[in-house]
Amino acid sequence: MPFLSLKFNLQKRVKLAQGLWMLYWLAVIVGIILFSLGIFFKIELRKRSEIMDNNESHLVPNLLILVGMLSCGLNAFGGKLCHDSLDPQKFSKMKPMLRPYMLLCCGFNVLLLLLVLLSFLMQFAVYLTLAEGLKNAIRFYKDTDTPGRCFMKRTLDMTQIEFRCCGNNNFRDWFEVQWISNRYLDMSNDVVKDRVLSNVEGKYLMDSVPFSCCNPGSPRPCIQHHLTNNSAHYDYDHRTEELNIWNRGCRQAVFSYYSGIMNSIGALLIFTIVLEAGDVAGLKYLSTALETMADPENPECESEGWLLEKGFKETLADLLSKVKTFGRANQVEEGGASPDADAT
Amino acid sequence: MAVLKVKFTKTRRDKLAQILWILNWISVVTGVILFSLGLFLKVELKKREELMAEKDIQYVPNMLIAVGLIACIINFLGGKICYDCVDSTKFLRWKLIMLPYIVCTFFFTLCVLVGALMCYSMHWELEEALNLGLMQAMRFYKDTDMPGRCFLKHTVDTLQIQFQCCGNSGYKDWFQIQWISNRYLDMSKKEVIDRLRSNVEGKYLMDGVPFSCCNIDSPRPCIQQQITNNSAHFNYEHQTEDQNLWMKGCRQALLEYYTHIMQSIGLTVLITWLFELSVLTGVRYLQTSLENMLRQGDPDSESDGWLLENSFMETARTNLSIIKSLGKSNQINTANNGDPNIDVPSTSKAHYGPDNVPPKEKMETS
Repeated sequence: MPFLSLKFNLQKRVKLAQGLWMLYWLAVIVGIILFSLGIFFKIELRKRSEIMDNNESHLVPNLLILVGMLSCGLNAFGGKLCHDSLDPQKFSKMKPMLRPYMLLCCGFNVLLLLLVLLSFLMQFAVYLTLAEGLKNAIRFYKDTDTPGRCFMKRTLDMTQIEFRCCGNNNFRDWFEVQWISNRYLDMSNDVVKDRVLSNVEGKYLMDSVPFSCCNPGSPRPCIQHHLTNNSAHYDYDHRTEELNIWNRGCRQAVFSYYSGIMNSIGALLIFTIVLEAGDVAGLKYLSTALETMADPENPECESEGWLLEKGFKETLADLLSKVKTFGRANQVEEGGASPDADAT
Repeated sequence: MAVLKVKFTKTRRDKLAQILWILNWISVVTGVILFSLGLFLKVELKKREELMAEKDIQYVPNMLIAVGLIACIINFLGGKICYDCVDSTKFLRWKLIMLPYIVCTFFFTLCVLVGALMCYSMHWELEEALNLGLMQAMRFYKDTDMPGRCFLKHTVDTLQIQFQCCGNSGYKDWFQIQWISNRYLDMSKKEVIDRLRSNVEGKYLMDGVPFSCCNIDSPRPCIQQQITNNSAHFNYEHQTEDQNLWMKGCRQALLEYYTHIMQSIGLTVLITWLFELSVLTGVRYLQTSLENMLRQGDPDSESDGWLLENSFMETARTNLSIIKSLGKSNQINTANNGDPNIDVPSTSKAHYGPDNVPPKEKMETS
């Protein structure tokens, strides 16, 4: 008893082939979109690799690029199969390729499923890399004369302006780090000397932030220095002031951006899996319908198409027994005559 | 002596009609492109209208939008006409409309050329508008509590960050206006009162700039206050320091941005104009060759196509005389010393009914 069998006449077969051809080309377009999304994600990660310690994992975008290219190739071939299937000569040439092709498509679907899981799980890795990278970026902000780190200030300033954030968790991260280089500190000044000596590690710490933390939407000119000292500024209470500098931390801001990209990638991959499954099912129906034609010379005859030749449970049982015999063939037959005994 | 006469066989005429049909449809697409370019320019100008004074520069994108729409309509009609011209019976339908259509399209291409030239001439008006607008915006920077001006600070700050510029012509423009509101000045402090009193207009001026002028490429943390005072900062000389703040003025930055857009649009419009002109020439040749073919009476015969029937001077002379005679028929006859009321004997014969017998003169005796 075939699993989910349907009857097909000539018109239905032709309609199925045409519909399947269009679905395959839609899948090619989706493959192109996946490919470009992979490239976009890779570029975005590269752009901000400095605040992630150049340590970020490019696994997801690389796999996405590969999957996009594979999808284009496989589905273009599938489209060609559909196009040729209604011509009996071409179909008989293609018949031997059908089974391995469908197995390949199923394997490809498993790969897509894996990629969906990865795109949701790798977000944790991105979060941890960001936390570590931003911590180091803030520490090396002042080192604009050290080769390899001289653009850290520019990158961090641009990130804070672009993502409207300040510091790692919040703006207080800047209070714990010396972000003004010693080159620009007047060591002969008493105030400076006192501050440096009062710190255990000899760092020049102060309760101020760089200009890139300033919020342009604030009604008053930006207050960067002496942030926690209410008396240093007229009509200023740092506990209630929210519009002066950005309140969000950059880790949260950048992570939500990347998380959005990865979630959309996951959603598009799920759609691709559904589309591919539909394509394989359609191709199976089409190929079985063409193979079971009672009279191959008469294209008008009716035929039957199905997903599985036997019932679902029977097919599973068959598969299991095949796997078992495959395993047994590798074992040496115990109790049977050994090949050496026969030779004597 | 016809201008640029070309012989057309039947196959050549048909081919010309088909090619013109395709070219007219391509022109519809270019009309859509013109329309969208005009729309894009309108949106870009509207985005920053707060920074531009009340000059009327919206006429350029409006003209482009109108020209784009009219181009679509005219070329759609042209495509229909050329499609029908392959069949000489269908051509008779369009015969009377074709010459007025060609004249209208010719004047329309002139409009397209004017549109292209306007794109390039907008530069000076835009500079004026930006100069005045930026000056106003900087003056009202501090007025974040006044309705209608409360977002000007945000606009100017985001402008300076995005376009990497400071002030109108340069950062020194900020030294001449009070950009800190009195709400945030401590009037009980002696330095503040001194500074206010020392200024003629009572403004609080200082050599400082807003944070949005800070250059992100600078190796040292941004110096915003006491910019001209070298001793206020360690290892600092304001005459040689060029990486601390953005050096470009915002007027120049915005002008460069818009000029770049305008030049690209102007070039596209010029190319569209050349294309339209060539399509128009083709349609004129098609029209004249089909009319000559009809005059000869044989649909399969060869015919001549030209741009103008007589030479340019003769055509101009005939058109001028037509216009003059139009004018003359409206004038009054001034032969009798200018008095139109003098009775001039009629030179035409009167017709007295079917017998043509003149009536007897009645002598009335009172």
